[in-house]
Amino acid sequence: MSDAQTQLDIDREKGNFRYDVDYEFDAGTGLTEKTIDYICDVKDEPDWIRQFRKDALKKFLEKPMPTHWASKDLENIIFDNIRYYLSQGGQKPKKTWDEVPEDVKRTFERLGIPEQERKFLAGVEAQFDSEAAYSNIKEAVGKQGVIFMGSTDGLKEHPEIFRKWFGKVIPTGDNKFSALNSATFSGGSFIYVPPGVKVSHPLQAYFRINAENFGQFERTLIIADEGAEVTYMEGCTAPKFDTATLHSAVVELVALKGAKIQYITVQNWSNNVFNLVTKRGLAMEDAEVKWIDCNIGSRLTMKYPGVVMKGRGARGEVISIALAGDGQHQDTGAKMIHAADDTTSNIVSKSISVGTGRATYRGLVNVPRHLKGCKNNTECDALLINTNSRTDTYPAITVRGTGNACQHEASVSQVSEEQIFYMQQRGLTEAQAMSLSVNGFVNDLVRQFPMEYSVELKRLIDLEMEGSVG
Amino acid sequence: MEGALVEGQWPAWFAASRQRGWDDFQKLPAPAAKDEKWRFSNVKALALDGFRYPGAVGKAAALVERSTGLGESAARFVFGNNRLLSATAPAVDLVKAGLVVMTIEEAATKHADLVQKHFMAQDAKLGSAKYAALHRSGPVNGVFIRVPKDLEVPHPIEIFHWVEGAGAAVFPHTLVICERHSKATVVDCFRSADDAPAFACGVNDLVVEEGAKLNYVAVQQWGPATTAFHLNSTTVGRDAACLGMQVNLGGKFVRNENYSRMVAEGARSDMLSVNIAAGDQMIDQRTFQDHAKPNATSDLLYQNALTGKGRTVFSGVIRVEPGAHKTDAYQKVRNIVLSDEAEANSMPGLEIEADDVRCTHGATTAQVDDRELFYLLARGIRPEAAQQLLVMGFFNTVLDRLPETRLRGHIESLVEARLSAALRG
Repeated sequence: MSDAQTQLDIDREKGNFRYDVDYEFDAGTGLTEKTIDYICDVKDEPDWIRQFRKDALKKFLEKPMPTHWASKDLENIIFDNIRYYLSQGGQKPKKTWDEVPEDVKRTFERLGIPEQERKFLAGVEAQFDSEAAYSNIKEAVGKQGVIFMGSTDGLKEHPEIFRKWFGKVIPTGDNKFSALNSATFSGGSFIYVPPGVKVSHPLQAYFRINAENFGQFERTLIIADEGAEVTYMEGCTAPKFDTATLHSAVVELVALKGAKIQYITVQNWSNNVFNLVTKRGLAMEDAEVKWIDCNIGSRLTMKYPGVVMKGRGARGEVISIALAGDGQHQDTGAKMIHAADDTTSNIVSKSISVGTGRATYRGLVNVPRHLKGCKNNTECDALLINTNSRTDTYPAITVRGTGNACQHEASVSQVSEEQIFYMQQRGLTEAQAMSLSVNGFVNDLVRQFPMEYSVELKRLIDLEMEGSVG
Repeated sequence: MEGALVEGQWPAWFAASRQRGWDDFQKLPAPAAKDEKWRFSNVKALALDGFRYPGAVGKAAALVERSTGLGESAARFVFGNNRLLSATAPAVDLVKAGLVVMTIEEAATKHADLVQKHFMAQDAKLGSAKYAALHRSGPVNGVFIRVPKDLEVPHPIEIFHWVEGAGAAVFPHTLVICERHSKATVVDCFRSADDAPAFACGVNDLVVEEGAKLNYVAVQQWGPATTAFHLNSTTVGRDAACLGMQVNLGGKFVRNENYSRMVAEGARSDMLSVNIAAGDQMIDQRTFQDHAKPNATSDLLYQNALTGKGRTVFSGVIRVEPGAHKTDAYQKVRNIVLSDEAEANSMPGLEIEADDVRCTHGATTAQVDDRELFYLLARGIRPEAAQQLLVMGFFNTVLDRLPETRLRGHIESLVEARLSAALRG
């Protein structure tokens, strides 16, 4: 280990700091068939996956950037400069807690992140000590017959279940970034819940944090068999620092007849990250897929969780909170595809734009021909904090035929001066009052998050609001 | 395009503008299906093969006779195939007060400065730049209206544009300038003499200066095989108000682009539309509420009734530019779907770059309320009549916004007649 490798390389931009790390496996920059062979060899993957990845690479190269509707910022991604596979193997990072910048430490402290976890999140420890928690939870749900493992293990150990649904909800060619993920994926979870099983614990990516779960190109596949129920949580509220500036995950959910899947995400990437994610669920007869999505960090997030309601009586829901801070663009939304009679969907989106932040809601609701009794409700509320903040709303609603009902409503507002004045009269500072108002704005959605998340979210909003007024 | 392009007397600047239009039309790419501004539309419907600049209409007198409208109007102009068929000038006292109503052709020379300043001054930003260029290049005709400062025109000014014959292409243009604190109502009627396939490419420029009030209604009743573009640009000044209503009853493929720009404080723009899409009609509407200055208001309400294989697209944007605080903007599209084959697409949009604003939008799609229908049926009203009553009730929320009862009654009767025919299929 040379000195250069242990040096801390701090960028003065907030959140944009990184270390030089010595990786055991590194596919190098750029993406070619060789990169894919390297990944497959390192991961010792079966041939069908190798072929799958190579086909995906072709699609990725063919597909144009979606800049005819999306942010031009996408053009700043230089695919040739990106490392598509990095793994530290069993090595420990060679740096210490002392080297972590003060403001980052303070952030962790303010959020109330446990000591051990802070070290992992700051990248000074590769092995977050969650092994015990993971094996406990694995054992507990294992008794119920639940399979919970990394997606690479899943495709090797349970190909009969994995292959049936893998790439079926989100085809490789769905968009440029799903193709990229299909070519390069590593990390992510594979979950199978047998018929009728209601998973006793919420499963968290967190438990498997040391199993390269926070990878750049995560691939998660969750299957809830008939009548099963499962809740999955991904991410955490603490800022996550990483060398990689492009993250492109694919998450596929399959809820068979009468099953329920709830998928909770809290994303807080550092401000230099492009987070371009494709998430979609398939809901069969009477099944329910619910996405709870919270986006706080990153430079540009593009994420539109979707539900394809394929069976009669299926239900889809997206609850979304986006906070766009200075220089950030949160381009989030939802897609609801009604593909059977009597399906219902609900979208509630709340966004907050601070400073030069830009929050965009982009939605799609589709009720094709000859369906009856389909209902969609969409509500989008945007809150603007500063005069230079920006918000956009771009829904697209298509309804064919009679017997269906769709309604969409959106509003844009600012924090009421009267409210702020009222609170200041009672001794709160302007920043505290602002935080309280913003927390009030998202409160009814935050309550749907698990307890520990909602507490952290509130603290995080407080943090983000600091310095946004005055 | 074939046929004689230019008849009559046009000044040199207009000829140059035409040439520029033609060059741009050649240069600009045709809309592609992937183009966001053409999402959900049907770009295949835009093939212009077989259209030409038409000759004069056969029986001008008959068309003039069929140009029945409000009965009482301040001025009345009738055009057929891009040519003036009849002109009823305003009363002498109005002319003496400074009211100008004349053909674009005449105004291009007599009021060259004003026409040059306002004729297509705004670029077509909502997707049809190519067709705006085509309009500029074509045998444009229509009416130029200048309402002088403080004048209130007592009755609506009526304009009729007819198209006749297979393959005829017409280029109606309406240019209205309402000077400070003036008030006027203008009604454009677009009609076909027959059911032959035709192409219409119309533009209207509305300029409403400080404190002025303009009501502009376009009633589109083209024949069932007509492809039509109607591109609007409205500029609203300080404390001025413009109410624009687009009524689409005819056409096969109809594209409306309505662009309203609030250029000073206190400006108000009401953007209204009533649309019936029946048979295999497609009505594709794009709107833009551009708030350039603070303290302005815009209020959009578009309502569509769809039956048969009718399709509608609504794509609207409220844009609040940086610094345009205290903006009050509203946008609503409501669809009522009456058949299983009809399709309504709604894309209401917001782009907000100022924080002290009140901006909301909504989109709803539903069918006739079963309980309301049942109520009427229980009282012995036949199903078709009951459905018609309910849809007219739905449209009345838009029609009620028209400030003049006679005009409102006239438009309502046209909508009702079309709806009745559409519901009978």
